[in-house]
Amino acid sequence: MRFRTRDGIVRAVSELSFSLRRGETLGVVGESGSGKSVTSLAIMGLLNRATTDIDGEILFEGTDLLRLSPSELRKIRGRDVSMIFQDPFASLHPMYRVGAQLAEAVRAHSDVSKSAAWDRAVELLSAVGIPNAKGRARDYPHQFSGGMRQRAMIAMALVHNPDVLIADEPTTALDVTVQAQIVELIDRVKREFDIGVILITHDLGVIAETATHVMVMYGGRSMEYGPAHEVFNAAQHPYTWGLLESMPTVEKRLDALVPIEGSPPSLLHPPSGCPFHPRCKYRFEPCDKKVPPFVPIPGGHPDACLLPAERKREVWATQISRELGVVP
Amino acid sequence: MSSPEYRAGHGPLLEVEHLVKHFSVKQGVFARGKGVVHAVEDVSFSVDRGETLGIVGESGCGKTTTARLVMRLIEPTSGTIRFDGVDVTRMSRRALRPLRQEMQMVFQDPYSSLNPRKTIGQIISEPFTIHHTTKDTKRRVQELLARVGLSPEHYNRYPHEFSGGQRQRIGVARALALQPKLIVCDEPVSALDVSVQAQILNLLKDLQREFSLTFIFISHDLSVIRQISDRIAVMYLGRVVEIGQSELIYEHPRHPYTAALLSAVPRPETNGDGRRRIVLSGDVPSPVNPPEACVFHPRCPRFQRGHCDVEVPLLRPFEPDHEAACHYPVERWPMTEEELRHPFAGRAPAA
Repeated sequence: MRFRTRDGIVRAVSELSFSLRRGETLGVVGESGSGKSVTSLAIMGLLNRATTDIDGEILFEGTDLLRLSPSELRKIRGRDVSMIFQDPFASLHPMYRVGAQLAEAVRAHSDVSKSAAWDRAVELLSAVGIPNAKGRARDYPHQFSGGMRQRAMIAMALVHNPDVLIADEPTTALDVTVQAQIVELIDRVKREFDIGVILITHDLGVIAETATHVMVMYGGRSMEYGPAHEVFNAAQHPYTWGLLESMPTVEKRLDALVPIEGSPPSLLHPPSGCPFHPRCKYRFEPCDKKVPPFVPIPGGHPDACLLPAERKREVWATQISRELGVVP
Repeated sequence: MSSPEYRAGHGPLLEVEHLVKHFSVKQGVFARGKGVVHAVEDVSFSVDRGETLGIVGESGCGKTTTARLVMRLIEPTSGTIRFDGVDVTRMSRRALRPLRQEMQMVFQDPYSSLNPRKTIGQIISEPFTIHHTTKDTKRRVQELLARVGLSPEHYNRYPHEFSGGQRQRIGVARALALQPKLIVCDEPVSALDVSVQAQILNLLKDLQREFSLTFIFISHDLSVIRQISDRIAVMYLGRVVEIGQSELIYEHPRHPYTAALLSAVPRPETNGDGRRRIVLSGDVPSPVNPPEACVFHPRCPRFQRGHCDVEVPLLRPFEPDHEAACHYPVERWPMTEEELRHPFAGRAPAA
């Protein structure tokens, strides 16, 4: 995926592949500029195709979303695939009652009466845990707290029983105690509505609690992709190691944290070879020349790193897992 | 702690007693009614020289207001603030000026706290200009740049040329310029990526050791607070609900709010002990009409009707340097949500 900008071509995402089934939560982790949000916008068809070149395919139940006409896409978007965003306040219209906005979403894809749509809105608000949903539906967004707004957004995403829910940093703007509520809600909604969830976040902790699969992104590429228990109990990529090591833990006080030195790469002028090589502690001779292929290692999951598989296992087993206190 | 003689003082560097800040707000149609935001209510703490006090709490708990009161950026409604033994609560701006050099601040957003039209050199030398200590400024600025991990050649560059982490380093260099005694860091790493967060936290810790700095470190992130703080104060709706030595509180929180906060932190370890998190219901209430008595009682899993909603709990000691304000403190830790709900399990109710 490339953006044409005034400053040149931005390679936002390169060679990304993943899949999602019902009942799965794919956690996408990465730092700012890693391409995680852009990927979700591409799935939703929300990118300006005049300035964006997208190669490849996005298959939803066998249909390539990239080849659909805008009107065909509109039928799927918001009905079969829906999305919630980081800032729930920016996603709600300030001048309309929350219930009215939900009812409008109901009527966007189904031909029901206004009062039936309103009833459905109230039903959804109470399904996402808003107390006194009947009364609160008549409130305006500013009368809702941050956590309640995010609940309302989740309700809106659920209006048409979607198959896929994309949540882009859904808890980042919320307080810790409210965060916990929303993470639980998304998990419950996934089970009750039998949907597939793509959860995009920079917080590995949130991913660890709910994701069944994890994709780690860096510089617009997938660095590592596999079942959550494998990624957390046998991480293969030096960037994932770095992320895990640099996370401050609430469990104990450390003398010093282990940061990843340097800054994230520029997408306008990406480094040659592996995008992570300038910051990588384990780089060796070919890393600055050869882009590592994204392939599974024997007995493991796919990653994009040139280190030999035995070396990855050795570093994880003898260093990283010990530092983190992970019991294999 | 190896502190240079010139800053060897006696007693705590900062003492805050019964600090209160109310903001008045207009309410209702045509703004006829007047409401009062109880931003900070009766907050007391002290910070020793060379130590880091972490202030942790959710949005609206009054942590930033407390920081701004301490810095005398806003006027307290009542209470006293003593800095280095001097009562600065009612000091005039003019009298305060020399003291300003000794207390500096690092802000959350490295994008909006640096003037985009000024070069890094101008930004960092501004404190010298303001306080008329303009000898050899350029060399001093370049030393500072090097000390915070930037290159002295960055002197003539503009903020937009730097990444978030580098900008925060510039903010730290500016705060260090006048060799302050106290630096108040308001969410200094919240806007940064995890890998860069750790760089800045390590830098702050190194600088603290090198210059015997005293920090007040404000964050909503309990993991970050644990890594940097010697002592912590947990705030909720403008009040300190638990305060004391950091390790004591993290190992055994006494206030149910602290316990819930701790258990709410998502952890990357998936092979944990299967501990269920304590999910608090509802949101933080409005500070305009805070709940009666214990402000936490509407959300508290240990709430006892007729006590918690009637009598204000006062901070009381549990061990040396560990106080909490709760009628039914947490007996042991970790505890499951179910256990937490039954304050008297296994023992007679406290008198």
